[in-house]
Amino acid sequence: MTGRPITILQLYPRDMNIYGDFGNTLVIKRRLEWYGYEVNLTAYNLGDEFPTDADIIVGGGGQDSGQLKIQADLLKIGPALIELADDNVPMLMICGLYQLFGKFFKTANGEVIQGIGLLDIETHGKSERLIGNIITASQQFGNIIGYENHSGQTYLGTGVKPLGKVILGAGNNLEDDTEGAIYKNVIGSYLHGSLLPKNPKIADFLIEKAVTRKYGAFYSEVIGDSFVEPARRVASKRPR
Amino acid sequence: MSKPYVTILGKAVRAAAKLRGGGSALPGLVVEKIDPSFIKNTLASLERGVVVVSGTNGKTTTTKMVVELLESQGLKVFTNRTGSNFTRGVAAALLGEINLRGKLQADIAVLELDEAHAVNFVRSIPPTYSLILNVMRDQLDRFGEIDATAKMLQTIAMATTDTIVLNREDQRIANIANYLNGKKVTYFGLSPKLINRFPSDDDLHGGNHQNGSQKASVELIDFNENVATFSINGKNIATPLKLNGIYNVFNAAAALATVRAILGTNIDAKKIIEALSNVTPAFGRGERLLVKGQPIELILVKNPSGFRLGLESFKPDGYATMIAINDNYADGRDMSWLWDVSFDSLINGVDQLAGIRAYDMAIRLQYDNVSVKDIEIDIAKALRKFLANNQQSPKRIYCTYTAMLELRRQIAKLTTVKAIG
Repeated sequence: MTGRPITILQLYPRDMNIYGDFGNTLVIKRRLEWYGYEVNLTAYNLGDEFPTDADIIVGGGGQDSGQLKIQADLLKIGPALIELADDNVPMLMICGLYQLFGKFFKTANGEVIQGIGLLDIETHGKSERLIGNIITASQQFGNIIGYENHSGQTYLGTGVKPLGKVILGAGNNLEDDTEGAIYKNVIGSYLHGSLLPKNPKIADFLIEKAVTRKYGAFYSEVIGDSFVEPARRVASKRPR
Repeated sequence: MSKPYVTILGKAVRAAAKLRGGGSALPGLVVEKIDPSFIKNTLASLERGVVVVSGTNGKTTTTKMVVELLESQGLKVFTNRTGSNFTRGVAAALLGEINLRGKLQADIAVLELDEAHAVNFVRSIPPTYSLILNVMRDQLDRFGEIDATAKMLQTIAMATTDTIVLNREDQRIANIANYLNGKKVTYFGLSPKLINRFPSDDDLHGGNHQNGSQKASVELIDFNENVATFSINGKNIATPLKLNGIYNVFNAAAALATVRAILGTNIDAKKIIEALSNVTPAFGRGERLLVKGQPIELILVKNPSGFRLGLESFKPDGYATMIAINDNYADGRDMSWLWDVSFDSLINGVDQLAGIRAYDMAIRLQYDNVSVKDIEIDIAKALRKFLANNQQSPKRIYCTYTAMLELRRQIAKLTTVKAIG
């Protein structure tokens, strides 16, 4: 069953890749293959021409230095990304790119870094780093299990819904119990781990949206996820 | 309290701790509490000063190499041989080596220090020489970010009083030279031919790794069938090595460059190459143990670059393979790093998974289409199964730090394992 291509676009894999977020791309790619689709894995790096044929867009976390490097370029492609999001293209943005998909990031010394404003969120740099295992609860995806590592604290506006409610850990900020954000088919989150391997329901959500948008319907086959439950069970009992 | 009393007390705690079994840092802790300047005063008496070895990967084996190379030149060397690479470990090691008047019988100290602890250490004891190996993603949950770790290494270099030896091929390390106005800096490096066998974290998802432009004091030119060729001062020297793994061999270039910085032209070339050819890897860094007539290799993996280099260095053909992944504090709690390693080279399958995060590893392998024969979280049980199911094969175990400690404890019940502490 080939000939039904799905294009995955990774945003800035060269500069935003240090926390193993490639795992998310790999999970989407393999599951698509196991479901019988042909995967076209592409990358958008600094200065490239922005492609318009992406079916799923994935982005990860980076060093502060990586974020500074891509910031101007991201603002340039921002309008194109917003157009795709409003056209229901599924996206997954982790940590650094989650923040920059928001309205702005205000650093601890008051400097304001513009985001592309795709997500109605704002982030404030703090001195404390929020690090450790994290579990959140989502009606749609069940418990979401991962690892957070960020010093920016994010506050949600009315234009987004939280991805999950924190059970263990910090989440978006230290004041409310939200973690991540959803707008249309765009998911933002602080969770590494990587996020998708132990939370395949989120991977399948992104895949289903992409395939349905492109081919009208998605028929899933059963994937042997037998390692997932034991891995989740162990992870959810580990110390913060 | 006077110095002899502190020394005697420390030695007594050390003896007691030995009786109790283990705990190499405990006596150091006791002494440090009572006499905080103990390490400083003892090390300050050394004629040739103090060498600090730091960086993400390869500290232990490289430290061992620098020590053995210096010894080949007739120097008496003090080192924190136990692999307990914190300040307290240094104090504990000192206690074993000094006489009762608190005098250290050595010409020079070579110390392996963890980046974060080295920053504290150099504040009170500026090293005479420092060797900065590399900076890679490692335990980001502890240090926050790779750039922050590079800053720590920069602090070590800036505190150094004589010469700083830097890795020319690690851009973050080579850049430290920009902050070392007027200090002596030398480099170790790789030939253009070998550079692509050392992808940096930055090159992992695109990007092209190129040689640094500075002149290297020692360059690793080639490594083939356990024969390494180094360019030293423009002259090529080939020698067989007992080290396996190209990353160990690159660190041999680092050790040679460091010894050149210390001894200058007063090197007995024949003796140093002979010593180099006899260096064996430190425990858990590719060491080989013999169990029931078959070798077992333990390969410590702490971070993506180390795991990648391990897989690149040791071909799986003919070997039974086990992977043991823990997530205790010393291992790093975040499992993300497993996703920055490609396991394609294990495509013929992995025989045994073990450790607290064995199922995280199983998922990781599943997504590289690598099959797994057995999963057992309990490391002792997993080892027994691995041995029983692969009696006729040589074996290789990739393991995180605390998994390695547990594996050594278990293997010690079956064969003689050199004591760690």
